[in-house]
Amino acid sequence: MPAAAEKIVFSAKIGSTEMSENNQLTDTIERYLNGEMTKAERAQFEELRAKDADINSKVAEHKHFTNLIKQYGERLELEKRLNAIHDEIDVHALEDELLIHPSFVVRMWRNHHSKISVAASIAIFAVLCTLFFTGYLSNREKNYAQLVGQIQNTNHKIAQLDTKVNSLNPSSRPNTVVNPGNFRGTGFAISSNGYIVTNYHVITGADSVYVQGNDGKSFRTKIVYTEPGSDIAVLEITDSSFKTLGAIPYTFKKAESDIGENVFTVGYPRDAMVFGAGYLTASTGYRNDTTQYQISAPVSFGNSGGPLLDGHGNVIGIVNAKQTHIEGATFAVKTNYLLKAIKDIPADSLNRPLSMTGKNVLAGLDYKTQVKKLKNYVFMVRVYNQ
Amino acid sequence: MSKDVNTGVPTDSEVILGILNNSESVLKRLYIAYFPMVLQLVINNNGNADDAKDIYQEAIIVLYNKVKTGDFELSSKLKTYIYSICRRLWLKRLTQMNRYGGDIKDFQEYLVVDDETEKNNERDIQFNKMGSALQQLGEPCKTIIEDFYINNRSMQEICENFGYTNADNAKTQKYKCLQRLKKLFFQQK
Repeated sequence: MPAAAEKIVFSAKIGSTEMSENNQLTDTIERYLNGEMTKAERAQFEELRAKDADINSKVAEHKHFTNLIKQYGERLELEKRLNAIHDEIDVHALEDELLIHPSFVVRMWRNHHSKISVAASIAIFAVLCTLFFTGYLSNREKNYAQLVGQIQNTNHKIAQLDTKVNSLNPSSRPNTVVNPGNFRGTGFAISSNGYIVTNYHVITGADSVYVQGNDGKSFRTKIVYTEPGSDIAVLEITDSSFKTLGAIPYTFKKAESDIGENVFTVGYPRDAMVFGAGYLTASTGYRNDTTQYQISAPVSFGNSGGPLLDGHGNVIGIVNAKQTHIEGATFAVKTNYLLKAIKDIPADSLNRPLSMTGKNVLAGLDYKTQVKKLKNYVFMVRVYNQ
Repeated sequence: MSKDVNTGVPTDSEVILGILNNSESVLKRLYIAYFPMVLQLVINNNGNADDAKDIYQEAIIVLYNKVKTGDFELSSKLKTYIYSICRRLWLKRLTQMNRYGGDIKDFQEYLVVDDETEKNNERDIQFNKMGSALQQLGEPCKTIIEDFYINNRSMQEICENFGYTNADNAKTQKYKCLQRLKKLFFQQK
């Protein structure tokens, strides 16, 4: 019906009631899209579409929109079908089967953790109460005694197994003496003009070193030379009040002394000079140290740096260490090494000539007299290292 | 056909043919065959059974549409394909819900898929708009539109159902309804 189509277009242009006219256009478009037109009608409408862009776009728009409605319907339908299928599945059973269950312990904890916590608290409380009422907790002394026993036991074993060199420097014992120096040792004169020898370990780390004679006079000194290898240090009295010591009453013996020789030493393990006598028991020191002798004279901390003399007024060594846990094992650096050290002192570090020309006036005297003669040449060495 | 005999997992080509032929039984077998796999994925990765259902149906619809539009090329096993889509959808949803911990427990091999789910997403938005536009349209317009455009009923039938005196009146009514629907649809953002 070509006439009908023309009529539509015509009325659209005149613009009667817009509603009915659009309605008719829509109707035409629908008939066109649904293929309800006759061949002639169709050809005419296609011609119209080609001419009128407005109508063409309306056709496209209508097509798109109605398609969307249709697809929406299809989607709803599909979803309905899927839901129907889904309802047939026993999801709950599947879920149980497929969920990865945590291990028994974890599940147990999750489900019962409050109960478990309460139970544990009660258990701990019960145990504590039991211990308290049975007196286990207050029975401390017994435990303490046991502990002490064990420590002693351990110490005893260590004593059996271990032999150690302990320095005779009082620094290794609890330092209670604050005023008279932080450390204390012994030193003895090697020349009449104020050179004094002591152990290197006595004066290690010292800020200032003083020597105090038997008469109580104290002199400031300067460290002239140290020989850590053989544990020797040489001090020089720099105090202005110092005059001279007078002739040294002993000599230094270069040759090695023999085992069995009577020896003695004096030193200041405490404020008063202490005498100790014994024998030269070995020609080597701790762990076969050939620079040392072993002697049996009793010494204690503070004896370090003291002279070791034989019965003939010869200095044969410098007391420097003792072996703990072995009775009467004391060590002394051999004089040889003292002489070597003195020889090694650089000339420019000496303010005065160092002449070791002592005259031996001790030979043949008894200990009492010997000590009396040499006591002015043995000093207490006080070390301050603040 | 052997509808009742064939109850196991359908072969991949069976599924494609079935979808093209609108076969109800193939769809059902497909659905039942792979749902446990997706359920496993979702419930073991911070989801529940309803999440699994949503995700799985979305994936089936993606597959369905792809097959229907004819641009579906099976480059892997169908099982892997469905798993991959579900995995991707679930990851997306986890991220949206801020429940994604950066780690997902996997139970199957999977491929990297993305563009198709995006396309599907756009279509979903359109459908959602259409759904709410129809809802706002109210009766009897909604039913007239659905009957005519979705259920392909003739104007004569509609005219009878709604008691219009003649088909022209029904047509006018339908036209008004369509105009309102368009308005409602395009008003939405």
